[in-house]
Amino acid sequence: MNVHSFDAIVVGGGGAGLYAALALSQGKVSTAVLSKLYPTRSHTGAAQGGIGAALANREEDHPEWHMFDTVKGSDYLADQDAVQILCEEAVTTVYELEHLGLPFNRTPDGKIDQRRFGGHTKDHGKSPVQRACFAADRTGHMILQTLYQQCIKNEVTFFDEFHAVDLIMKDGVCCGVVAYSIEKGDLHVFHTKAVLFATGGSGRMFKITSNAHALTGDGMAIALRNGVPLEDMEFFQFHPTGIYKMGILLTEACRGEGGILRNRKGERFMERYAPTIKDLAPRDIVSRCIYLEVRDGNGIDGKDYVHLDLTILGKEVIKKKLPDIDDFVRTYMGLDPSRDLVPIQPTAHYAMGGIPANVRSEVVKDEKNTVLKGFYAAGECACVSVHGANRLGTNSLVDILVFGRRAGLSMADYCKGSDYTPLPSDPLGPTQETIARLRSQNSGERTAALRDQLQSVMMDKCGVFRTESGLQEARSEVLKLKDRYSRLAISDKSQVFNSDLLDAMELGNLMDLSLVTVEAALARQESRGAHYREDYPKRNDAQWLKHSLASMSHGAVRLNYKNVVITQFQPQERKY
Amino acid sequence: MKVELRIQRFNPEKDSKPHFENYAVECEPTDRVLDAILQVKGVLDGSLTLRKSCAHGICGSDGMQINGRNMLACKVLVKNLKQPIVIEPLKGFKIVKDLVVDMKSFFEKYRSVQPYLQNEDPVPEKERLQSPAERERFDDTTKCILCACCTTACPSFWSDPNYVGPAAIVQAHRFLFDSRDKAKEERLNVLDSREGVWRCRTIFNCSDACPREIDVTRAISEVKRNLLFKKL
Repeated sequence: MNVHSFDAIVVGGGGAGLYAALALSQGKVSTAVLSKLYPTRSHTGAAQGGIGAALANREEDHPEWHMFDTVKGSDYLADQDAVQILCEEAVTTVYELEHLGLPFNRTPDGKIDQRRFGGHTKDHGKSPVQRACFAADRTGHMILQTLYQQCIKNEVTFFDEFHAVDLIMKDGVCCGVVAYSIEKGDLHVFHTKAVLFATGGSGRMFKITSNAHALTGDGMAIALRNGVPLEDMEFFQFHPTGIYKMGILLTEACRGEGGILRNRKGERFMERYAPTIKDLAPRDIVSRCIYLEVRDGNGIDGKDYVHLDLTILGKEVIKKKLPDIDDFVRTYMGLDPSRDLVPIQPTAHYAMGGIPANVRSEVVKDEKNTVLKGFYAAGECACVSVHGANRLGTNSLVDILVFGRRAGLSMADYCKGSDYTPLPSDPLGPTQETIARLRSQNSGERTAALRDQLQSVMMDKCGVFRTESGLQEARSEVLKLKDRYSRLAISDKSQVFNSDLLDAMELGNLMDLSLVTVEAALARQESRGAHYREDYPKRNDAQWLKHSLASMSHGAVRLNYKNVVITQFQPQERKY
Repeated sequence: MKVELRIQRFNPEKDSKPHFENYAVECEPTDRVLDAILQVKGVLDGSLTLRKSCAHGICGSDGMQINGRNMLACKVLVKNLKQPIVIEPLKGFKIVKDLVVDMKSFFEKYRSVQPYLQNEDPVPEKERLQSPAERERFDDTTKCILCACCTTACPSFWSDPNYVGPAAIVQAHRFLFDSRDKAKEERLNVLDSREGVWRCRTIFNCSDACPREIDVTRAISEVKRNLLFKKL
């Protein structure tokens, strides 16, 4: 058995994982990062537009305004104690990133530049505010690079291309991780005092998505199988502007810089739906409006897309502030955004739900928020909950930074005051069984076919608009697919870099998460944020102002609920 | 549309040397080469092995030779290529399996140039100031995604695997020209050697290969000039 010992193990090499690893290494805790990709390939690098922080470099702004916008954007489902921390620490965290070397764009007087973004407003909704700190349209790339660079400087140990497959628990304490070395094809045990999951999202459960192939919700699914319920999984964000049919993200900064959405008639339709902030309404609203326009026959050529108009920005602004968008539109559509209208449709983008965690990034395992010792979660795989039912643009980066850093600090504290829990006798058993089963079958179902079907079902029946009957169909289809998955056969039987086996394991994770998402969506008989039920079109605070907690045993999902933390902003009707 | 692919295969557990296999798949005209390869993997042969992730040219996983040129498979559309599309791994690294190459030496060279901001001055309460012009000075080299397309397109690297290579020099450039960095001297010392920047013969393959359109050759020349002026 390959056993490695580190005081702290971080699973995931994106922004949250790297910030945690940096904080741990600065705290002199022996730390290893396991990442199924080379860390610089992580999906943090795909984030484009900016980090929301009330620096007030361009105009008056306050963390309290940011907090109000985040709570309102969440449709009042976010926990307000956590949102307050998010918005206050956003400011110090952005300064720290600058000190670590992040090359932000600058204002004429040399400060960090800021721009407008959806749902971020001045003084509780009066007008859009310039809050997003940015580095052209590759802010995430710069964060990922900067944090990786600093981890190298601080001599963090990396296990690249190690895919986490299980948690090791003993007497209710998390004491390690089982990981599969993709290159060698063998299993490794990482014995540790504290495990952080910073494993990212699960957007690959949908057909049209902005998410990388790697985003298969591995961490969430492992937690679920180890008895940790997942919180608010019914809330999945569809970003309004994905490239038509491909889903590739075109940042909200396109609209922050002045771009607008137009329907078949050339009409700026968002004026009708959100008269105050128009195209800069939050993502759940804009995505729904696009679908409504399409339904009303206002899609381009009667099809299921509308146009993003960037021609009004002019060549100079596009080249300087949206260079990658310019590149994507040219490469993938053969269009020139300074001259041509760009076909877009909503694209599955972000899981608001995930592994329940408190503000110290400790995983909490029940409705009483009981801490699961030794287990931490941060970033998209976690649910703190700072995004509630709908995340505002830029707040994913704020989340990974603030809570990634907090995770590192909490783990460093915990590691100093605790000992290693001895490993159980056979930590590899269940994983060896799973892998042997996947390898043993010589003919059967194929990963790609099952994955395509799963993605279509989720897109069609558990997407932007949902109904009871559609969700029931989705449930029965996902169950059938799960059954077929048990008869999966892989054609690659080799040890070295067996991506066929890896794909199969990832699909298993997506199956479990899809089922949980559908069940939680079916149960929630109201519309809130990204969860829109046509049969229950209104928000219902009396019954549903609560977080869902979905657990799974023997393939069956059970739902529990816990209260939302409300401190200073009482729920109001959400209008923009 | 029908797309024909000719892909180099190598399974270290079975093969003594690489060979080519031909495949034909149905694609949409909007499909990327990556989509075509994944069709082969998904439908025809699950053992075909490659790295991939973001699928839109920003993670740097799927660098490979496509019709003889280094590209990201997710950043070129099938309809723009001559068929059969010939696909081989990046040249100059050990092949792990099929299109997957061993990147360890590449990342070691990256680390050798101290690719991190060094400035031990006490930090201000807010941000360090930097003018837009100072920020613009190193903008081009901040775009690097470490895909290795430049380094593995370089004849100097093919002939001398110890050459630090264009990608590492690009990373050094990003800090050498950042007004906030204070380790200019140390970084230049690393590059001022036979295996450093002087191995470059200004062939321009690196600039041609860069999927992020970084002017790599120019960045290398700027580093060389910096070293020359230091010596004068």
